[in-house]
This record gives sequence, structure tokens and C-alpha cells, in this order.
Amino acid sequence: MVSMFVTAFIVGGLICVIGQLLFDVAKLTPAHTLCTLVVAGSILDGLGLYEPLIDFAGAGATVPITSFGNSLTHGAMAEAEKHGFIGVLTGMFEVTSSGISAAILFGFIAAIIFKSKGKV
Amino acid sequence: MKKGLLTFASRPSIAATGVTAGPLEQQSPFAPLFDKVYDDERSGLLTNEKGHAKLVEDACMIALSKVDSKPGDVDFLLLGDLVNQMTPSNFTAANLEIPYLGLFAACATSVSSLIMAALLTEAGMSQCTLAGASSQHNSIERQFRYPVEYGSQKPDTAQWTVTAAGVAAVTPNKAGNPAITKATIGRVVDLGMTEPLNMGAAMAPAAADTLQRHLDGHGTKITDYDVIMTGDLAKTGFELYKTLVEKAGMDTTTNFRDAGVEFYGNDSNFQAGASGAGCSSTVYFTDIYSKMMEGEYKRVLLIATGALLSPLSYQQKETIPCIAHAIELTMK
Repeated sequence: MVSMFVTAFIVGGLICVIGQLLFDVAKLTPAHTLCTLVVAGSILDGLGLYEPLIDFAGAGATVPITSFGNSLTHGAMAEAEKHGFIGVLTGMFEVTSSGISAAILFGFIAAIIFKSKGKV
Repeated sequence: MKKGLLTFASRPSIAATGVTAGPLEQQSPFAPLFDKVYDDERSGLLTNEKGHAKLVEDACMIALSKVDSKPGDVDFLLLGDLVNQMTPSNFTAANLEIPYLGLFAACATSVSSLIMAALLTEAGMSQCTLAGASSQHNSIERQFRYPVEYGSQKPDTAQWTVTAAGVAAVTPNKAGNPAITKATIGRVVDLGMTEPLNMGAAMAPAAADTLQRHLDGHGTKITDYDVIMTGDLAKTGFELYKTLVEKAGMDTTTNFRDAGVEFYGNDSNFQAGASGAGCSSTVYFTDIYSKMMEGEYKRVLLIATGALLSPLSYQQKETIPCIAHAIELTMK
């Protein structure tokens, strides 16, 4: 039980370290860093490597943004098996739709309630 | 051949200044000298840009009130800010109805507007000109870096755009007030820097170039000045600038100051320090101005630096062209 938390913490932390290095050392912009991690997760899943990582690290692999890339590929591949090539297009947002909808909805609510501030 | 060197024989004066600032700026060591501060980032108005325009307009009105004048008594209004097409300055000019020239030299506008005001006064065409520069944190961060809502991390070399406006009323020579005696118009210096989160380093060579040209051209040396103050190089840029000046064989240890370094004290929450057109103008028009009025400073050299990039030029991977304008103030 405890070892599960430790694994999740370390793997999740390492993914974030990669993000921070892309940001600080490779000097990528925040948007480029984000996209790089999403694409990396997507490619890893295409190679069949991300699912084993989730089995190993649980939330350590599903919470970071790489998991979003994984979900994109996952949905696309599953639908492609059922419906052929068109499934790639329809499946891409199959698994991710809840995340995207939630981001839009909660972003909208937050924008209504709060005003941005430049405070340190 | 003048080569950008100006001498003002009639010694136009800064008759008064008006300085306004936002909420975070109240922790600045210069805050006790600000004429008006707002507890709201948008000056109590709906948008950042409306709040920005109010900062400018209030600074203008405060400067005018100190010389017992109304907008109708002013010959020229010379303003600049960093928002696209300078709408905050434009809206201010619409409200004040003073004949207006918008000036863009990025954060060097504090000095470029003073130089223009001095020229108009020297030419005998102005009895009172308002000159100033301003910036507002949220609107400028959104335009040149990231929207504040984005919560993006910033490296230690990044600077913090101040929410502030500084305006000076320039008149023909007035005894007992700082006189504008010399100036040097900067050249654009572009050494190929491309990093907008390290603008101080991009601007440092321009500051060093203008300092050298001012000293050589006017036949002065750095020991002639009580203080030589750059605009908003901030920590990273200021160190680089001093290195460049020292390489030219000058001593920077006694009278060199930078408004960007000092604006927020030494608070690391503001990364390398302050930036924005409102940074140099407010420090020049509070600390420097009052120390001249009190007699502590007799002769100062103000070198405001500006990074002349646009968000588009940055996205197209262009380098950052930079400029520095210098103006010399003297107390008799």
C-alpha cells in the first residue's frame, strides 16, 4: 500500500522533472513544454509503453499531462480497430472528452467568478 | 554634425512632476513619494487598459495642479506606453484635449518624451509641455509575455512590469527647479538577443553605447555626475552594463544606479527587478527629482533603455533591437 504511493510519487515527480528541464534547460516556452509532454505520452502509448507505466505507477502516470497524450492515442487505436481509419478521427476524443469538457466548464465558471490578479 | 547630441542653452526646467502607481508598487522604497496610489490593479475600473489610462490621466492632472494649470494651458502632450498602438495614452489625450504626440521608445519613452519637450521649449514654441511614460502590469505581461491568469513560471532573469505612470511638466527655465541641459539620442543596438524573459541583458549594450556617446560627445566624465541612473536594466542587465562600462575603463562603483534594480527593493519575488515605461519615469520623477530639489543631487545623467520588440517580431524569431536615450539634469 505505502510502496504504491511511493512509486506514484516518484514516477509522477520524474515526469515533472522532465517538464522542468524542458522549461529551464532546453528553454522551451510553457506551451511548447506542455505539447512536448502530450506528444511524448501519445507516442509512448502508440509503442505500447504507457499502459505498463500506468500499471506500475498508477496516478503517478495518469495525473501528469503525458496521460492526456496516452488517452488520445488509446481512444484512436480502440476506435480504429472497430471502425477502421475513420475511427482514428472519432476515437481521438473518445476517452479525453470528459477531461476536455471539464476543462471548458470549470474554466468558464472560474472566469465568471474570479478576476485575474498580478499578485506575487 | 551633431550626431544625436543636444545642448539646451535656454535650460528648460522640469517645473513639476505627477506620479501615480498601483497596489504592488506601494511596497516600493519610492512609494512615499508617489502622489497617488491605487489599491486596485485596474484603478477601480473595468479593464486593465481603462485602469492604465486612468493612471496616466491622473498623473497628468497632478503635475498640472502643482503648477496651477489646467489642461487648456498646456501647449503639448507627449506621452507613451507599451500597449499596442498606445491606447491608454491616446484615451488620456482624448480626455485632456491637449495637442498630442504619441511617442514610442518602449521603456525609454520617459527620456525620449522629456527630450522632445525640451526641444519644443528650447525652440520657444512651448510654455508648458507635459511629458511622460507609463505601464500597467497585467496588460503588458499579457501582451509581451503571458497572461497573468496563465500562471507561467518566470526565470530569475525576467523582469516585472510596474503599474505606474510618471509625468513631468516642462517649462522655460524656472529658478529652483532641475534644468534640462544636455541630451543624447540613442542609436538602436541589436546584438542578436532573442530572449524576452531576459530583456535587461538585451538592453545593456544600448545603455553602454549611449553613455559612451554622451560622455565623448559632450566632453564630460562620469565623475561629473552625482548619479548616472539607467532605466530598467534590472539585476541581470545592470551587472552586464556595468561590466561593459568597466571594460571601457570607467569606475561604476560610486554613482551608478538603476531604477529597475531599486524599484521593488530587493524582493526576489520580482525576479531580476522592475521594468516597464512607468518604472524609469516614476523613479526619475520622484527620487531623482526630489533629491535635486533638496540639493542632494546637483547634476544627474538619466539613461532610459527600451526593448523595441513586438510580440509578432518575437514569434517570427527576430532579435530584440534596443535603444537608450540620455538626458542630463542640472540644478543651479
